[in-house]
Amino acid sequence: MTTEVSSDGEVKKDEEKTPEDQQQTHTPAEAAQEKSASVEAESGQEACVSSPPAAGGQKKEKTISRFLPPWLKRQKSQSQDKPSDQESVELKQEQTDGGGEQTEEKKREEEAEEKKREEEAEEKKREEEAEETSVGSADTQPVREEKEGESELKEEQAVIPHEASVLSALKLNKKMKMVVCHVTLLDGSLFSCELEKRAKGQYLFFQVCEHLNLLEKDYFGLSFKDNAEQKCWLDPSKEIKRQIRNSQWQFTFSVKFYPLDPSQLTEDITRYLLCLQLRQDISSGRLPCSFVTHALLGSYTLQAELGDHDPDEHRLDYISDFQFAPNQTKELEEKVVELHKSHRGMTPAQSDAQFLENAKKLSMYGVDLHHAKDSDGVDIMLGVCANGLLIYKDRLRINRFAWPKILKISYKRSNFYIKIRPGEAEQFESTVGFKLPNHRAAKRVWKVCVEHHTFFRLVSPEQSTKTKFLTLGSKFRYSGRTQAQTRQASSLIDRPAPYFQRTSSKRLSRSLDGAPVVSVCDYSQAAGAGENGPPLELNSDSKSPQVEVVQEPDADAATSISSETAFETDGAGAPERKSKLRVQGENIYVRHSNLMLEDLDKTQEDVLKHQASISELKRSFMEATPEPRPSQWDKRLTGSPATTLRMQTQGSAEVKPEVNGQPEVVEVVEETVVIEEIVKPRSPAPEASVPMETECAAEVKEERSLSSDSDSEEEAEYHAQPPCTSISTQQIKEEPEEEQEAEHTQQAPPSETESQPITETAEPTLSAEEEKPAELPEEEEHTDEPLATPDEAPNGHAHHAEAPPTEEEEEPHIVNGSASRVEAEHLPQVICCSEPPVVKTEMVTISDTFAAQKTEISTKEVPIVHTETKTITYEAAQLDGHGEGEPGVLMTAQTITSESLCTTTTTHITKTLKGGLSETRIEKRIVITGDSDIDHDQALAQAIKEAKEQHPDMSVTRVVVHKETELAEDED
Amino acid sequence: MMSGFGRFTHAVVRTVPRSLAKEALRTGCLEVDLLKAQEEHDKYVSVLKHRLGLEVLELPADEALPDCVFVEDAAVVCGDTALITRPGAESRRKETEAMKAALTELGLSIVEMTDESATLDGGDVLFTGREFFVGLSKRTNQRGAEILADAFKDYAVSTIPVQDRLHLKSFCSMAGPGLIAIGSSEAAQKALKIMQQMSDHKYDKLTLPDDLAANCVYMNLPGKGHVLLHCTPEEFPESAKVFEKLKDHMLIPVSNQEKVKVDGALTCCSVLINRKKNI
Repeated sequence: MTTEVSSDGEVKKDEEKTPEDQQQTHTPAEAAQEKSASVEAESGQEACVSSPPAAGGQKKEKTISRFLPPWLKRQKSQSQDKPSDQESVELKQEQTDGGGEQTEEKKREEEAEEKKREEEAEEKKREEEAEETSVGSADTQPVREEKEGESELKEEQAVIPHEASVLSALKLNKKMKMVVCHVTLLDGSLFSCELEKRAKGQYLFFQVCEHLNLLEKDYFGLSFKDNAEQKCWLDPSKEIKRQIRNSQWQFTFSVKFYPLDPSQLTEDITRYLLCLQLRQDISSGRLPCSFVTHALLGSYTLQAELGDHDPDEHRLDYISDFQFAPNQTKELEEKVVELHKSHRGMTPAQSDAQFLENAKKLSMYGVDLHHAKDSDGVDIMLGVCANGLLIYKDRLRINRFAWPKILKISYKRSNFYIKIRPGEAEQFESTVGFKLPNHRAAKRVWKVCVEHHTFFRLVSPEQSTKTKFLTLGSKFRYSGRTQAQTRQASSLIDRPAPYFQRTSSKRLSRSLDGAPVVSVCDYSQAAGAGENGPPLELNSDSKSPQVEVVQEPDADAATSISSETAFETDGAGAPERKSKLRVQGENIYVRHSNLMLEDLDKTQEDVLKHQASISELKRSFMEATPEPRPSQWDKRLTGSPATTLRMQTQGSAEVKPEVNGQPEVVEVVEETVVIEEIVKPRSPAPEASVPMETECAAEVKEERSLSSDSDSEEEAEYHAQPPCTSISTQQIKEEPEEEQEAEHTQQAPPSETESQPITETAEPTLSAEEEKPAELPEEEEHTDEPLATPDEAPNGHAHHAEAPPTEEEEEPHIVNGSASRVEAEHLPQVICCSEPPVVKTEMVTISDTFAAQKTEISTKEVPIVHTETKTITYEAAQLDGHGEGEPGVLMTAQTITSESLCTTTTTHITKTLKGGLSETRIEKRIVITGDSDIDHDQALAQAIKEAKEQHPDMSVTRVVVHKETELAEDED
Repeated sequence: MMSGFGRFTHAVVRTVPRSLAKEALRTGCLEVDLLKAQEEHDKYVSVLKHRLGLEVLELPADEALPDCVFVEDAAVVCGDTALITRPGAESRRKETEAMKAALTELGLSIVEMTDESATLDGGDVLFTGREFFVGLSKRTNQRGAEILADAFKDYAVSTIPVQDRLHLKSFCSMAGPGLIAIGSSEAAQKALKIMQQMSDHKYDKLTLPDDLAANCVYMNLPGKGHVLLHCTPEEFPESAKVFEKLKDHMLIPVSNQEKVKVDGALTCCSVLINRKKNI
């Protein structure tokens, strides 16, 4: 429970934090905007500036916490314990961002109540807001530099893939913080060793292998449990600390790649370790087998560990300590003994070999199972194994995709896709999509696929080409040796067979690997649980769309034209970015998710439902807006933002007619791995017709996401382009194949193109906002351009927003349980080189320049159910420094948090005095937490409606919908 | 697991009931000559018993169960485990009783399909020695397949949609280790493709011009090697020629002219069992 909460907290904290970062970073952009600078430039800047802090968010906190006195740390954890405690979150962010000043402050307040922290946070926020408001374009530069400096200071936290090693080397000298970590070995024993805190996974792994005297180590790996208790593989090429995050330094040594033919292993010790793993797998139920097989394998275990059956010594109960099966019966034990007797004379090594010969034939041997849903929402299991991807429904195999059959593996949000090579009779690839419980699960299965494919299928890992065509997408690649390589290496092993002690497996094997036991028999239930059940899931699921509504009576909309941008990092170091844009004077932010984006595998029905809720949202919003433009809404809302790789800036054309630019920015990120079949070694029957040649995966991206608005656009433009092999070859070569991960990259500013899309998210919105009051018509154009550009740049094609707002969703061409493939012909296909990394952010911004009539609204009028209320009053002096043209004096700021089942509403009310006019601004942030089961659109609509009802005399000026898709906390 | 494929010691068969001619279920509407059918069946049993030396357990016919001669549908035996099915045709449900008794007697560990929602005909179950393919047909549903998967946990169980045919084995069967006999029809070829896609193993195929001829009985018997009971040249001349090309097999053409009229194929008429002394 604690872990959940803390992860939750982190997420929020990061969210909170980012805005600040972005606000600051954005200022320069604003300045530049006057000349309507190109978005690319801006985004580039912003990427540089804002990314590192964002990335470092998580780290920063940790680092700082290191310096914090224990009491502070304790407090932190306390605050973490409070579910959905936004204040504490904000605080933490403060801690991280605030630097020394903050820390000092904290030290001052020995008790450091949450309230206080929150105050700090508030204060900071206030300050920043004030800053923003008052800052002229001239001022921005220094601010930004400052920020940059700050980020440099924090550089150690912001890991830039390319520089990571350098940095860590530097750091190594700086501080050699040691940490003790514990590794559970396959025989159940614990191996402890001391590591430098910044050690990479590899270091620990090698320590363990050395301890075990293991040379054929490539089949093994270290895993740890993430916050959601999910088993994650430790990436050897990355720092351990970055991967485990807040988890304990506890690892499990286990088999990662089950060799197809264990008899080909060179050393007995390797086989022994594999046996130990399989014994665990069997006794835990992960590897189902029949009674007879349980008995047989058990008897080999006895022979290996006890030697020949001794009628004197071995009475029947001598084996009762062993766990041969999940449900061990007397009958089974008798059978085991009976068989044990028959193995007389067999050496331990022979027994192990026999054990493996039998175990390897089991159908679930080496199959890594993942819960998922098919296009129809039916619970299935994805099994990744040496030969490919297996699809199970209940305990039945309903489909199988051999590696040679798969062209591309990708994931987008919580969806996992495989692109299938067309069969003999087919001309087009088809894509099969699966819905994972959350983004991290999707990424996990993707990674496991990448690794298995590389290990078992390729001769050597994909080489990292230095040609960086586009550095989008996860850089994750399997970096270890492939099976072919490890076999070759093993053949060179020249040492006397090492002595090793076969310790009795007995029953302790049970709990060795805490990995959730998913036996084929009961995974249907497990799947169900995974979906709806534990709050844990929800949290880790990061599917917590946020809705933020800011209401403001536009007291002086014309005077104050400042905007603050928030750049948020989501979930512990996750690549989630959001931009928050506030134009003082008028805006409503609704941060939310599904609003604009439709899940790829939504059915028509879903789409319709979705449309309905969108219209509802539209209605409620329009009611509050002076100039309703439903048609625009329709268009935009139904527009599928995901058409382009990274983000959809749909609004461009449609924004024009609006009084205010209402640019919508939606990012969609997808991770893709293109599988390149170098040579087809043993192509299974179905692939027989495929010529033995170098085959390159066509990197044709099918944009099947969201609505067909974009689809049709895509189709119009790219349909002509066939998945041509030559192109794809190039693309593949250009594919960045780094060992670093997408998240890292994302967070790392300069080198990453990835940052761009994110930046862009904020940009267009910003630009629209800035020029708002003065030049409305032109501003739209501005908005237009920047919006279009980002799309063009990465994809090499322009994305026209004029496309008809078709609402129909693409047909899900998901093949389940049958081999039939829907031809992708009609699908929009975009040729692209790599896909945007991880878009977790989708944002919809609706702004409206409506000058409020009401100038004064006391905070007391706000009828809100509070569960927590915090009020902060600032001294006028504090703000003086900032206000240049901004005479506003912050009178009060109040934050109210109310919670309901799945939403947390934070209402932020600020009262500012400007030249005798009092302006009250209410910003509502509604965080809708929950899994996809929640109708986010409806929740959003409801939220807006409520906001309107609560403040009838205020105008809703801006709605920003922001969806946090998944927090890729497992960025490792 | 593969090495012993086709090794059998026992066979369970059942006498043809008189009611078969009139009452047995059939997809066509052909007249069955009862005497001929009985004769055919006697020959079949005789081959198992005398020519191949299997220990044949012959269950008496039950006139109330006109289809009872097709014992294959009542049980799936693999190794020491016997799954007593729940046949898809309601009129056949009681056929399992005698089968269960017989298999229990043989010392197999019995798994029963008690789930009321599950149906499974043994004719939809193709065991290749490495895995199971279960045809999802009018007679067999997903639930039935799940129970089968549960009963035989060592093996992968893949489901294969069966259309336009009664059973999966109406157009295919094993003709050797790793050798699938398959009919030429579109339905058969489509099913084969799915099987190949679903499998981690590579199978050879023996394509026969006639779907019905693709149902043959393979055994690997000590002293006799590969044995194949297949269609006669009288019934399917073209297909018989294909079988005749199998040089390593002991080929035994067995007539099935009458039983086929009630959708009975060669595999349908026996349940083959391997009872070793030890394990």
